[in-house]
Amino acid sequence: MAITQARARALLLTPAGLWYAALLLFPLAVVLIFSFGERNPIGGYAPGFTLEQYANLPARFAAFRNTLTLAPLGTVAALLIAYPLAYYLAIKVSVRWKTTLLILVIVPFWTSILIRSYAWIYLLGGNGIPALLEAFGLGELRLINTPFAVLVGIVYGYLPLMVFPIYVALEKLDKSLLEAASDLGAPPWRSFLQITLPMSMPGVMTGSMLVFILLTGEFLIPAILGGGKVFFVGNALVDLFLQSRNWAFGSAVAVALIVIMLIVVALYTRAVRRFGVRRDDVGLM
Amino acid sequence: MTRDNSPITRQKFMEELRRYEKGSITRRHFLGATGLGTAMAVMGGAVPSLLPGRAQAQDLGNRVVLATWPNYHDAANFDRFAEETGVFAQVNVFGSNEEMLAKLQAGGSGWDVFVPTNYAISTYVEADLIEPLDLSRLPNYDAAAFEQRFADAGTIDGTTYAVPKNWGTTGIAFNSSKTGGVVDSWKTFFDGARDQFDGRVMVHDYQLTTIGNALVYFGHSFNSVDPAELADAENLLIDVKPHLFAISSDYQPSMRNGDAWLTMCWTGDGKQMNSDMPEIGFALGREGGEIWSDYYAVPKGAPHREAAYALINYLLDPEVNAREALAHGYPVADSRTNALLPEELLNDPILYPAAESLTPLEFGAAVTLTDPNRAELMARFKSA
Repeated sequence: MAITQARARALLLTPAGLWYAALLLFPLAVVLIFSFGERNPIGGYAPGFTLEQYANLPARFAAFRNTLTLAPLGTVAALLIAYPLAYYLAIKVSVRWKTTLLILVIVPFWTSILIRSYAWIYLLGGNGIPALLEAFGLGELRLINTPFAVLVGIVYGYLPLMVFPIYVALEKLDKSLLEAASDLGAPPWRSFLQITLPMSMPGVMTGSMLVFILLTGEFLIPAILGGGKVFFVGNALVDLFLQSRNWAFGSAVAVALIVIMLIVVALYTRAVRRFGVRRDDVGLM
Repeated sequence: MTRDNSPITRQKFMEELRRYEKGSITRRHFLGATGLGTAMAVMGGAVPSLLPGRAQAQDLGNRVVLATWPNYHDAANFDRFAEETGVFAQVNVFGSNEEMLAKLQAGGSGWDVFVPTNYAISTYVEADLIEPLDLSRLPNYDAAAFEQRFADAGTIDGTTYAVPKNWGTTGIAFNSSKTGGVVDSWKTFFDGARDQFDGRVMVHDYQLTTIGNALVYFGHSFNSVDPAELADAENLLIDVKPHLFAISSDYQPSMRNGDAWLTMCWTGDGKQMNSDMPEIGFALGREGGEIWSDYYAVPKGAPHREAAYALINYLLDPEVNAREALAHGYPVADSRTNALLPEELLNDPILYPAAESLTPLEFGAAVTLTDPNRAELMARFKSA
């Protein structure tokens, strides 16, 4: 029996379809329903229909503010550090060293982010970098449990996710374009701005979105390096489900976070169009 | 089978395998010639569940899942338990009673034994999440040997749901080389946080103790749920927050490296830090604070119930319990266990403080666990 086109499509899409239905759409529906419910007297969820949870969202204003300032800041910082590195890896380094250096970018992933974040407690703590700076006469400096420490932690943790998409985009770059530019008398800075940078934009966009979306959901690094004082929406969610056990309010906060992310992704898609990057060039979209 | 231990080449192995498949040699000869017999014997020994041992005889299975608190057991005791019964303990560590309750409420925790604190037990009974204990299966539990006030929260309306593990207090750990002396009041704790100890004080990431001790600062009850009194506590906490080093129940690393000078602290953590660094002391708040007792209990629907009883019974054995206490530094309410503990531990002022310093302390009340205002107050404090 020949497999028709329609059957082939169904067969190809069924596993992913079931996966998304069971593990994305169904939980999402549960969260949405819970967000209109109430807190059970001993904690948990009690059915109901109220907008009270959404009305209460301003009580988590600080969490949204922290997330929506540190996530973009972290993304930009990661981009500024990752781009030169990716450029070096894709264009400057000799083939002999390339693989080794690429592996070195991945190596940190072999250790759990929890353990690596704990290491930063000591590096940023009073006996770490501040003590070193003090020895150079820079006065007493507090790093650990500040927004700066969280920024360092998230940039450190997410840097490889920014390096690789940019690296791939730059790697694909047709070198003959640069030679042509040079032949026609363009100085290197000009061929970078007019050829290399625009051609690498898909990688920049993919890396930025990947890092930004993951950062908005982050809770581990703020908890460890922020000492409970730099509170992200992710931390608010953990507390609402595990400590105050207010599942209804927790669901409303989760829905609000999802809505914010959707808005950001929509703005991003528009920006991509404006940059004139073709849709199929952008890995994520 | 004299060739049992000699190595075999790949080619020879395949030849033997073909001969075995064709039936020209016996299974015994095949296992001997290839060395697989030895390998199986060695591996079998390393995986006790493969051996027909006592485990099978008592039908305990080979696994028991324990939900407990950090730094709260002697790991060697679990190894001994595995040797004696063939049951391996899988230990999960939690940060608060709220978190434990949340996991059990969500269902499917897979726990066999958990360690609730006194004030949480009645809520578990109310929510039908905890199993009444069959005391006949806990021969090592002798109710008469336990100090009553550390055991009575386990029994509700005449039914015993939980048996005592340890008791302790929530006091203040201070680094005396930085604080210049003993800190033994919540007044100094919270006022100092905004003054001479600015940026060096830690409070728990735990509503019961953080809100409770802020209430005690004003002379209110540790357990208050009165809105006006809670408002006092909230004002204090929010005022102190910018001056805190951190809000975290994981305070040992920061205290040990000198970043934090002062923290809310449980007895055993105080003892552990004091043993390693004598300059870190532990004192109870003069105005009051918390005294608590932890219990062993079995959740409803425990997947390995037989093993759960065996583990609780084992840990209640006075000799085992004494080894536990030596490892974690929390006091025990069992007179049989205390009889086995060294004199200096029983006289240790951190573990067994003078009776009069315990008088102002309060046991946590059940209402604090479920009160929505306390939960939301803590969340507002953290997200402020």
